[in-house]
Amino acid sequence: MPEEDSEVLSVAPDGRPSQDQPAWRRDFPLDWPEDQYRSRREFVSFLMLTSAAFVTGQFWIVLIQSWRKAAGKPQVKEIASANELAVGQAKLFEYPRPGNQCILVRLSDTDFVAYGQKCTHLSCPVLPRPDLGGMHCPCHEGWFDIRNGEPVAGPPRRPLPRVGLELRDGKVFANGYVEGVI
Amino acid sequence: MRITQFAQKQRTTIISGIAAFQMIIVLLQLWLFTTTMETFLAGYQETALPAAFASVVCFALNGGLFLYLRSL
Repeated sequence: MPEEDSEVLSVAPDGRPSQDQPAWRRDFPLDWPEDQYRSRREFVSFLMLTSAAFVTGQFWIVLIQSWRKAAGKPQVKEIASANELAVGQAKLFEYPRPGNQCILVRLSDTDFVAYGQKCTHLSCPVLPRPDLGGMHCPCHEGWFDIRNGEPVAGPPRRPLPRVGLELRDGKVFANGYVEGVI
Repeated sequence: MRITQFAQKQRTTIISGIAAFQMIIVLLQLWLFTTTMETFLAGYQETALPAAFASVVCFALNGGLFLYLRSL
């Protein structure tokens, strides 16, 4: 039987000397009373930090919102000419800033829709399937109604951000968002 | 009785209770945060500020409990 190390300061939960403890406890000795007492306080300190992080996150959202509000409504931008797309065809464009991919789909002679291309589930690019009446996200088989962007199947729960459109002089203009953010 | 005169066993019980209560508050904050994020991404702007203030109230409550704990 190994001799007890006089420098070991740990106290087992049952208070018996270390040579009477199982091997695993001798390998990983802990001062049980102190550990119990101190770790709870440390845990509470950690909870305080987590709580502060949530407050920071909440105000970060508020800050982003106010930045967007201050930036104002996105500018009106010409994105296509009306006869550029046949019925059922789609065109990619960037709106309102470069890098924000959106997709314009012609549903009929006079009917156009445009959405942000990021799926609202995990941001995969969605693909138009006007023949099936939907926008399809191939990553997780998400489907959105092509007429209004509402999720109809798969994991997405939020509608696609819809770009407002206007037809003028045979041209299609984007004029802000109807719903959602990109 | 002054709070510093609690026996260690009593203090341990109090600390456990405070930790459990704080955990519930932090879970509430987590729920607030995810809900706010969901509504923000869906394009609604009305909920962010009230939710942020609610989170501050939770944090203040947590802080109060934390200070009480330090005085034990």
